[in-house]
Formats: sequence, C-alpha cells, structure tokens
Amino acid sequence: MAEIILKNVTKSFGQIEVIKGVDLLIKKGEFMVFVGPSGCGKSTMLRLISGLESITTGEMTFDGEVVNNVIPSKRGVAMVFQSYALYPHMNVYNNMAFGMKLAKSGTGDIKQRVEEAAKLLQIEHLLDRLPKQLSGGQRQRVAIGRAIVRDPRVFLFDEPLSNLDAALRVATRLEIAKLHHDMGDVTMIYVTHDQVEAMTLADRICVLRDGYVEQVGTPSELYEKPDSIFVAGFIGSPKMNFLEGEFADAFDCSTLGIRSEHIDFCDENPVWQGEVVHTEDVGSDNYIFVEIGSKEPLIVRSPGRKGSVYGMKVGLKPQDQHLHRFNREGRPIR
Amino acid sequence: MTRTPWEWTRLIGFYALVVVIVVISIFPFYYAILTSFKSGTAIFEINYLPVDFSVQNYITVMTGRNFIRSVINSVFISGVTVLLALFLAVTASYALSRVRFRGRSLLLITILGVSMFPQIAVLAGLFELIRFLGIYNTPWAMVLSYTIFTLPFTVWVLTTFMRDLPIEIEEAAIIDGATPWNIITKVFMPLLWPALVTTGLLAFIGAWNEFLFALTFTISETQRTVPVAIALLSGASEQEIPWGPIMAASVIVTVPLVILVLIFQRKIVAGLTAGGVKG
Ligand SMILES: Nc1ncnc2c1ncn2[C@@H]1O[C@H](COP(=O)(O)OP(=O)(O)O)[C@@H](O)[C@H]1O
Ligand SMILES: [Mg+2]
Repeated sequence: MAEIILKNVTKSFGQIEVIKGVDLLIKKGEFMVFVGPSGCGKSTMLRLISGLESITTGEMTFDGEVVNNVIPSKRGVAMVFQSYALYPHMNVYNNMAFGMKLAKSGTGDIKQRVEEAAKLLQIEHLLDRLPKQLSGGQRQRVAIGRAIVRDPRVFLFDEPLSNLDAALRVATRLEIAKLHHDMGDVTMIYVTHDQVEAMTLADRICVLRDGYVEQVGTPSELYEKPDSIFVAGFIGSPKMNFLEGEFADAFDCSTLGIRSEHIDFCDENPVWQGEVVHTEDVGSDNYIFVEIGSKEPLIVRSPGRKGSVYGMKVGLKPQDQHLHRFNREGRPIR
Repeated sequence: MTRTPWEWTRLIGFYALVVVIVVISIFPFYYAILTSFKSGTAIFEINYLPVDFSVQNYITVMTGRNFIRSVINSVFISGVTVLLALFLAVTASYALSRVRFRGRSLLLITILGVSMFPQIAVLAGLFELIRFLGIYNTPWAMVLSYTIFTLPFTVWVLTTFMRDLPIEIEEAAIIDGATPWNIITKVFMPLLWPALVTTGLLAFIGAWNEFLFALTFTISETQRTVPVAIALLSGASEQEIPWGPIMAASVIVTVPLVILVLIFQRKIVAGLTAGGVKG
C-alpha cells in the first residue's frame, strides 16, 4: 500500500540509455500493468522500482519518501520472477520463510505467516517438497507465496505467466486478480508483453515503447481513446485496421484506424467495397478479411457464426463515432 | 522377456567391456596391495591371489626415517593448495560469470590456454621465481606451484557452473533482504558445493600425486612430500630396490584418496541431482 511517484527517471547501462525520462504516478492499492513490445524497458522499469537497479537520474518516491538509494529489502517490495527463482536447495516452507528468517522473526510468527499464505494459495500439502518436485504452476504459486509472506507494500510481477501453458495461464491470471482483491490495498505492478493479460488484469495500463511512456490509462481509455497509432495498434485483438493514402485522405487524416467490430456490412452506399479473401471462425465471432485495395486486407468482425463465402463481393461502412484519425506524427486528430 | 541373439550379443559385449575396463584400472593397485603383504623373496613369485600375510613392510615404512613427516607435509601442502585455489577460484569465477567487463571471454580463453603448458616448460622459470621469493625448500614452494597449475581448471569449471545459476535466484535473495555474506553462505555455497567438492577433490589429488615440482623445489629430507619420499626409499644396499616397503607406502598413501573419493562421490551425485536449478 504505497503511492509511487517517478519524476523524470532515466536509466543508462553504460552509454546506452534504456529508460529515457519517465514521469509516472502509481496510486495506492492500484493494479498497474506495464505493457509493451519485447525490449522496450518494462523489466528495467520494474527493477528500478524494486531497487535491484539504481536510477541514473530523476527521483522516485514511495509514499513521499525518496527511495533513490534505498536497498530493495528496505523498500518493502516483493517480486515474482518470470523463472520463479525459487531457491533450489530449500523446500517450499523454507523458500517462503527465507526472508522472515533473515529478518530474525520469531519461529512462531514465521510458521503462522507461511501457513496462512500457503492456505491462501492452496499449497499447504506441498510445504515439504523441493522446487524440482513441483509442476510449473505449483512453482509459480510458491513464488507468489514467498512474496505474500514478506507482507510487502508493493508487489512486483515480471511476466509471471509466460512459462505456463495456455490453460494454466488463464487460471493463474484469474487467481492473481483474486489475490489483488483479497489483499485489498497492496499496490501491484505487473509486467507483460501480452496485451490481453494487461487488459484483463489492470486497473490502469502503462504502455511503454523504447524507454518512453506512450500512454497511461484504464483499459477502456486505451482501447477507445489511444493517444498514438502505436497504442491503437498494440491494444486490442485482432489488431486495429489502418488505412493510408486515398482511404485516409477521404477522412482528412494521414492514417485512418478502425477496429474490426466497428465496421458494418452494407449493400447500399458502401464506403468501401471488396472481395472476401479469408475468414477466421473463432467460434463466438467470425473474422472476415476483405481486400479493398489497401496495404493489408481489412478485418471485419461478423458476430455469430454465419459464414461469408470466400470470393464474395461485399460492401462495408465504418461506424463514424468509432473512427480513429491520426496525423502525420501518429497523433490522434480529435 | 525374451531376447533376440543380437540383443544377447550386445549385452554380453557390454559387460565384457566393463570387465576389461575394471581389470585394467584396478589390477595395478590390486597387485600393489598383494605385494605389500608379502615378505622376503616371496615378492618375486608371481601369484594373483593372496598367499601370505605379513605386515612387516608396513612396519618398515612407518618406522623409517621421515616417512610420517612426508605424509604430514603432503597433507599440509595439498590441503592448503585446495583452500587457496578454491578461494581464488570462487572469487575469480564470480567476477568472470557475473560482472560484465571488456575482454572477459579473451581472459577466459587465456586462462584455459595456460593450463596447456606442460610442467617442464615452466620449471626453470618457476624455480627462479621461488628462489626470488625465498621459499625454496619450504612447503610454500609447492603450494604456490600447485595452485598455479590447479587454478585454470578450477576457475573454468566454477565459471561455467556459476553461469548456469540463474541470476534471478540471487536477486530474489536480495529482495528477501540477504546481505552479500548471506547470499554466499546460504544461497551460493549450497548450490555450488557439488562443483566445489569436485574441483577441490581433483586439486587435492593433483597436489597429492605431484612429483616433478616436489623433487625440484625441495632439498632436505624433512621437506619432502610422499611421492618423492617413496621414489627415494632406499634399501639396505645400493643394489637392492625395497619393493615391499615401496608397495606398502604406495598403499598407505592411496587408500585415503580412494576413501575420500568414495565418500564424496556419493555426495557429489546427491548434490548434483538435488541442485536441479531448472528442474
Ligand atoms: N544489465 C543490462 N546491461 C545492458 N543493457 C541492458 C541491461 N538490462 C537490460 N538492458 C537492455 O535494456 C533494454 C530493455 O530491456 P528490458 O527492460 O529487459 O526489456 P523488456 O523487459 O521490456 O523486454 C534492452 O535493449 C536490453 O538489452
Ligand atoms: Mg522483460
């Protein structure tokens, strides 16, 4: 439960500047997700907040206290690593108790806290096992358990689900969301490159690109009012359709963006016309790829399962209120 | 379960090979033990099974001039070499595996390259160095030269081992509030110790068996190590080679090594499988 403020924070490794001036406020008890393509600096941001790396310039505060030079264990953070990073030679109990033992807490205290956390995560029956005797999902729980036992002000997750298989990933995602509810006012910061994970978990999302913050906002803000072509293209699945050239000129912009669910089929006065070149039926929806002469075929969502016939000519019309118009710099025209 | 003739052939071939290897490696030592318990001229009769049991040779060796002293020298030199080499190797390989600096891989290759020099090539130079340092005819001459020859291998093995330890485990410990000392003693050592035991044991054996340096860098009988002492064991007359006592001495200095390896071998295997960092 801490409010974290970053003021013009930069981080360089030698000559290379990786974080290039970030201003960010993370509210108390918020679930903040850092999302962005691989290599954009998400992990580095998390490590700066954890204290594993020190910031090069700028200022970082936790609840108003400057923590630039405070060591990780004094910041009250706990971190869940992508590779779990359990101590291989310690059983689950000792893995979870290690931090408290180092802090010289009483044995009774430690036992109680570890058992509470184990109960919360349903790993009580695993306490005597070594990490190598656990499945991937169980290791993940132990790693989360170890973080809970530390009773942190800030919870940090670095791509915790990326080593799990698809089904387990969805289940664990749900549990992390539940954990955030149960733990009430603990601030959580979660790094992922998967925008679906970001959209489903976050109170607010921070989109990073090349060491800069592109946009910060709630999932629906990012989805509905992206501040740049980059964010518009990054958030949402399938990707937003982008039209350039004469298609954009017709709408007085340099790039026109429109999501697949905001295009209707219409036979009278269509705005665009084309031929169906491909369809993807994902069960709940049917995505239809229409070749209208733009760079890439336009993807149109057609709810329900009524299939379109390959090669069929269709007319299309965008919903005016959902058009995203961008200028030459990639910024929205509103 | 029935086996085809081909499978039988393979099975028999496999065990035949195992037997050949075991015989080749064990037989010389077995024959040394056999000989060490013979007395008088029985030594010159060839038999492959014990015929005679006399501890006379052992008594001769143990009561001989300075043999006990040589064993103590050997234990001291090998022990100190192992400790020194491990200390230097752990710190060096920590730097080589964790700290990024320019020329790191070149340095590693150089270290490995150094271990290819034969002893004889550096003998003269090392001799000068030892005279210069004023440690000629002391145990430190051997400690120095053995450490030099052990380090490349030790550093190399520990560096590859440490590289495989995920850095995130260290970072998890830092977040948990571990000091560097905690990390070394509570996280690093338990994970590294199979590698430490293996390299330490090899360093010990190397130092224990070494002959050339030990012969060159000592002059007085009280400073000798066991291999030199055994080689220079002399009989009643110049023409007599005291085979019995030599064999007894060889057994005395080999048995502790064999026991050491057997003890640690089980633990090395246990440690390696329990370590399973990635699992
Ligand atoms: N310790 C380091 N030394 C040098 N460069 C680094 C270091 N850590 C990360 N980088 C660089 O910083 C950039 C961002 O890395 P990272 O934060 O891990 O990205 P992400 O987690 O978003 O994929 C990458 O280009 C990476 O090569
Ligand atoms: Mg990363």
